[in-house]
Amino acid sequence: MNRIVVGAHYGLKDWLAQRVTAVVMALYTLLMIVAVPTVDGYEGWRALMSHGLIRFATFVFIISLCYHAWVGVRDIWMDYVKPTAVRLMLHVLTLLALVGYAGWAIQVIWRL
Amino acid sequence: MTTRNIQFKIYRYDPDKDAKPYMQDISVDIDATDRKLLDVMVKLKAKDDSIAFRRSCREGVCGSDALNINGKNGLACLTAIDSLPIDKPIVLRPLPGLPVIRDLIVDMTQFFKQYHSIKPYLINNDPPPERERLQSPEDREELNGLYECILCACCSTSCPSFWWNPDKFVGPAGLLAAYRFIADTRDQATSERLDDLDDPYRLFRCHTIMNCVDVCPKGLNPTKAIGKIKDMMVKRAI
Repeated sequence: MNRIVVGAHYGLKDWLAQRVTAVVMALYTLLMIVAVPTVDGYEGWRALMSHGLIRFATFVFIISLCYHAWVGVRDIWMDYVKPTAVRLMLHVLTLLALVGYAGWAIQVIWRL
Repeated sequence: MTTRNIQFKIYRYDPDKDAKPYMQDISVDIDATDRKLLDVMVKLKAKDDSIAFRRSCREGVCGSDALNINGKNGLACLTAIDSLPIDKPIVLRPLPGLPVIRDLIVDMTQFFKQYHSIKPYLINNDPPPERERLQSPEDREELNGLYECILCACCSTSCPSFWWNPDKFVGPAGLLAAYRFIADTRDQATSERLDDLDDPYRLFRCHTIMNCVDVCPKGLNPTKAIGKIKDMMVKRAI
């Protein structure tokens, strides 16, 4: 089949989510700029990362990072990779990697 | 009258004769009356009539003589020869990203296909009034900066997203035209137009790098128009 098909009717949600997640990450960065200089050594880090609010913020940051990266990396594949099968494979690998990272991050944050 | 000698490096390619493109070194004497790059190119053509380029109105209205001038897209007829550095040769290439037919002439089919895909005409199913469909001056104001596009393709062919996906991404010129009809209060197909553009390729290949704004010889801002399309989609969706 040689016809060019477009019209997937998605994109707005991802575009918007990429902007919202960027704001979340910027706010978390500000929080860390304030919080990190007060940390002193390993015990300090443990105390900081035991704080419920910090855990919550870190989790939201990680999720935002993963979603942001998903949209961004998928855009790169869509820009440059032409064969549909290869692109699909790269999309799946990207998704699996990001889901894995998110799970790993949860394990680290709550010391499961 | 003072004459000056201007050096050029021109992209040459005739698929019937040349195995591959090459750059030709050529120089031409110009008079003080040769103000624009196009004037000088006409002299070049008189010197070597095998050089092929498009031109028509010579005043920035037809959009025929869009070229890549010293690495930046622009219209030869609007580029003052004095605005180009004369210490090195002026490099002329065809618009990037489109197939070359010959020398500086490119095949614009893909570009116009994208333009046509956005339905660049007013869609209004009401019976036409006796004289004309009226708009308030404020509503008409919205179309300024949109309707002036001459479809020279300087913007779309400077856009990497259009280079990589010319078959799927509408490109800055097409999206500017799309917003021209979305913004028009006399058009009744706004929702269908937004539906058509809500697509990861057609609209969202734009990553807002603003090359289009940088090169537009008419001083238009496709990036702003694309932003307004996205704003309207957000307004509609949430």
